[in-house]
Amino acid sequence: MEDAIRIHTPLTDEIVEKLRIGDKVLVSGFIYTGRDAAHKRLVELVDKGRPLPFDIEGQIIYYVGPTPPKPGKIIGSAGPTSSYRMDPYAALLMARGLKGMIGKGSRAKEVIDAMKKYKAVYLAATGGAGALISKKIKKAEIVAYEELGPEAIRRLEVEDFPAIVVNDIYGHDLYEQGKKAYKRS
Amino acid sequence: MRTREISAEDITRTVRRLCIEANTVLGKDVIEAYEKGLEKEESPVGRDAFRQLLENARIAQEEGLPLCQDTGLAVVFVELGQDIHIVNGDLNDAIHEGVRQGYRDGYLRASSLDPLTRKNFGDNIPAIIHVEMVSGDKFKLLVAPKGFGSENMSRVVLFPPATGIEGVKRYIVQRVEESGPNPCPPVIVGVGIGGTFEKAALIAKKSLFRPVGQRHPNAEIGQLEIELLAKINQLGIGPLGLGGSVTALDVHVETYPTHIASIPVAVNIQCHSNRHKEAIL
Repeated sequence: MEDAIRIHTPLTDEIVEKLRIGDKVLVSGFIYTGRDAAHKRLVELVDKGRPLPFDIEGQIIYYVGPTPPKPGKIIGSAGPTSSYRMDPYAALLMARGLKGMIGKGSRAKEVIDAMKKYKAVYLAATGGAGALISKKIKKAEIVAYEELGPEAIRRLEVEDFPAIVVNDIYGHDLYEQGKKAYKRS
Repeated sequence: MRTREISAEDITRTVRRLCIEANTVLGKDVIEAYEKGLEKEESPVGRDAFRQLLENARIAQEEGLPLCQDTGLAVVFVELGQDIHIVNGDLNDAIHEGVRQGYRDGYLRASSLDPLTRKNFGDNIPAIIHVEMVSGDKFKLLVAPKGFGSENMSRVVLFPPATGIEGVKRYIVQRVEESGPNPCPPVIVGVGIGGTFEKAALIAKKSLFRPVGQRHPNAEIGQLEIELLAKINQLGIGPLGLGGSVTALDVHVETYPTHIASIPVAVNIQCHSNRHKEAIL
C-alpha cells in the first residue's frame, strides 16, 4: 500500500476532512473494539446520561469479535464483522464524539447522514482476512464488559492497520460507486 | 448380517480435529478459485483483495490461526451406514464433545448463545447436526464451520408455480445483489430448488460442499449454474463489494422433487472462506 494515507488516532476534523472514498489508509494508534452486545450497552449508558467506559472523543470503533489468543500471543484472528448491525447505535455515538468506524459492508442512509453531520468516516477492512489483520495489532487489553467474551470492548494498539475509505464526510459511498463502475447488463 | 463398531471416542477425536483443520486450512479448490479470480478480476482494488485472501490463507495455515475470526457455528453432517454400531457412548454427545474440545483447543471463537437471552455459552456447542442414514457400513463426518456474515444473507422462499424458472433465476441473482458487500464476496452461492421448506434449505447448504468449480452432474442443472454465475458476475459488486467483475466464485444448484403447488427456493450464501473438512472412519 505505497499509495496509502497514514492516519493516527485520535482523529480530528482536519484529518477526516482530507479523506475521500477509495483512499487507502493505514491506521496507527489506539482503536476500540465493539460489536452488537457492547453497542447495546454503550447506548443504554448514553440514554441514562451515564459516562461511557472510555473517552470516545476522536476515537475509532472497530467492529470485531476476535478469536482467543494462543498462549504468548496478543490476539487471535481479528477481521471485521458486518457493520449494518451497528447502524441503530452509530449516530448516537458519533454525536458523542466518535470519529471513525472500521467494519465491512454497507451502512444505512441515517448513518451516512450522521457521518456528514458529525464529521466521521467509515473504513472497510478486508472481510475474512482475520489472520492477516491480526499481524497489525500490537497490543490488546479489555476495557469493559469482559463477561461478553469475544464481544467485550478491547483497546487495541495498531500499527499500519490497512483499510479503505467507504463513506467520507461528504456523503459519498464507495460500495455504490464501485458497483456502478463494474456493472454490466 | 454383520455390523461394524465405531467408538464414541473416535468420533469425538475426529470432530475435534476437523473443527481445527476446517478453520485454519482452506481447501485447495478455494485457493485455486482465488488464483483464477485474481487473473479474471478487472478492478485493481479487487485484485488486491484476492492477493490479501491468498496471503491470509497462507498465514492461517502456517501459524494455525483461524482464517476468519468468525469461526462459525459448527455444522456437522454425518453419513451413517445402517450396519454401523456406535459403542461407548451416544452419537450426538460424541459430536458435541468433539466440537467443544476443537473450539477450546484450537483457540476458536465461541459464538453460540441462547437466542432469547443472548447469553453466550462460551464453548460453541451445541453443534448443528444432520444425520443421514445410508446403506452399508460407511461412516463419514463432515464439519463445516458457518460464519454468519453470509448466513444472515441467506433466504428460503416458497414461490407459486407461476413464478417459473425465469422468476426463480431473477430471485437468486437479486438475493446476491441485495446482499451486496455484507456476506464477504466473492461468494459461493448454494441454491436448493424443490422439496419442502426445510428440504430446500438443506440441499442448498449441502451444495456448498461440492468442490468450487465443479459442475452438477446433470447437464441441465450444470447449465443453470453457469448461467447464474455469469449473471451474478455482471452485478459489479466485486471482491469485498468494492466493485469488480468477480462477485461469486461459483454457484451450486441442487434440486429435489416438490409439490404441484410450489417452487421452494433456498439461497444459502457462503463467504469466500468456504471452510469444510471431512473424514471417513
